[in-house]
Amino acid sequence: MRTRTLELTVGLFILIGVLALLVLALRVSGLTVNATGDTYKVHAHFDNISGLTTRARVTMAGVTIGQVTAIEFDKDRYTGRVEMAIRGDIDTLPADSSASILTAGLLGEKYIGISVGGEDDFLVDGSEIYDTQSAMVLEELIGRFLFNTVSNDD
Amino acid sequence: MKTMIDRVALIGRSGLDVLAATGRSGVFLFNALVGRSRFGNGFQLLVKQLYAVGVLSLAIIVVSGLFIGMVLALQGYNILKDYGSEQAVGQMVALTLLRELGPVVTALLFAGRAGSALTAEIGLMKATEQLSSMEMIGVDPLKYVIAPRLWAGFISMPLLALIFCVVGIWGGAMVAVDWLGVYSGSYWANMQNSVQFTHDVLNGLTKAVVFAFVVTWIAVFQGYDCEPTSEGISRATTRTVVYASLAVLGLDFILTALMF
Repeated sequence: MRTRTLELTVGLFILIGVLALLVLALRVSGLTVNATGDTYKVHAHFDNISGLTTRARVTMAGVTIGQVTAIEFDKDRYTGRVEMAIRGDIDTLPADSSASILTAGLLGEKYIGISVGGEDDFLVDGSEIYDTQSAMVLEELIGRFLFNTVSNDD
Repeated sequence: MKTMIDRVALIGRSGLDVLAATGRSGVFLFNALVGRSRFGNGFQLLVKQLYAVGVLSLAIIVVSGLFIGMVLALQGYNILKDYGSEQAVGQMVALTLLRELGPVVTALLFAGRAGSALTAEIGLMKATEQLSSMEMIGVDPLKYVIAPRLWAGFISMPLLALIFCVVGIWGGAMVAVDWLGVYSGSYWANMQNSVQFTHDVLNGLTKAVVFAFVVTWIAVFQGYDCEPTSEGISRATTRTVVYASLAVLGLDFILTALMF
C-alpha cells in the first residue's frame, strides 16, 4: 500500500480513538466543560443524611441548580455537614431558604431540594442554610407506623 | 535416590530458566525502548506497524464491542425488570464496559489478533536469519524491527479499548432503548449520574495502557526469543496467546483491587 494512504488510515484511526475518549467524557460520564466554572458554596447541617452522596443534585423547583461537593461529620454538633456548590448565576436565593433531603421515587437516589424563603438578604459564598429537613428513613417510618397500630389496639 | 535428586535438579533448572527468561525480556525491553535516537526513519516504520497492529484490528474490536454491549443490555434488562428498575440498564452497561470488559476483552482479542501475528512475524524473521543479517550489515534489529512494533502496540491498544467501550455502550443503547423500550432519557441520565470521569473512564484507560504494555511486550519478546524452527515458532505463538491472556486476567484482578 502506498505510504500516503497508510498514513491517512493510521491518522484516521488515532482520531477515532481520541474521539471515543471525548464521547466517553462528555456523553457517558456527563463531564461538562464548565463543571468547575462559576459556582458559590453554601453548607447545611442535617440530622441524618441517609444515603446522600457527593455529586448528588441540588434542585429548586425540580430544576438542578448545583451539586453536593462534600459530606462530613460535624463532631461538635453531631450532625452531617453537607457542602454544596450552587451555580453562580443563581445568586438570588433568600438567606432563610430551607434545604431538605429528598428521594427520587420511593427507592431512588437521594438529592437536595431547596425551598425558597422570604428574607431580603441572599445566600452568598460560605453562608449556611439553617432550616433543614433530614432524609426520610423508610425503616423509621415503618417502625412508627407499626408502633401506632399496636398502641391503637390497646 | 538418584531420581529424587534428578527431580530436584529439574525444578531448579526450570526455575533458573524462568528467571533467565525474565531477565532477558527485561534487558530486551530496555534496549528496544531506550536509545532510539534517529526518529526520522523510525516514524515511517511506526506508521506502518500502527496500520498492521491497530487499524487492521479495528474490525474485530468494533464487531465484538457491539455484540458485547448488546448482550449486556439484554441480560441486564431481563434481571433489572424483575425489580422494576430497568432504566438502570444504561448505568450497568457503561460501568461494566468501562471498568472491566472494555480493557480486558480488548486485551484478549488484541493478544489473539495482533499479538500472535507479531510473534509469528518476528519468529520467522529470526528463523530465516533476517535478524542476524541485519546485525551483519550494522543495522540494529531492536531499533528497526522491535521498537516500532512495541510502540505501535502501546499506542493502538488503549485507543482500541476506548473504541470498544463507545461501540458497546452504543450497542447497549440500541438494544435497551430502540428494541426493549427503555426511555432513552433515563438510559443516558442514569449513566451520566453514576459514571465518573476520573474514577471510571480514566481508571479503565489506565488498565488498557497496562494491558497494552504487557501484551505487546510478551508478544514481541516471544517472537524474538523463539527457537528458530517451524516448531519453535508454533510454540512461541501459542505461548504468546496463553501467557498474554493469563497475565491480563491476573493483572486485571490486582488493578481492580487497587482502583475500585
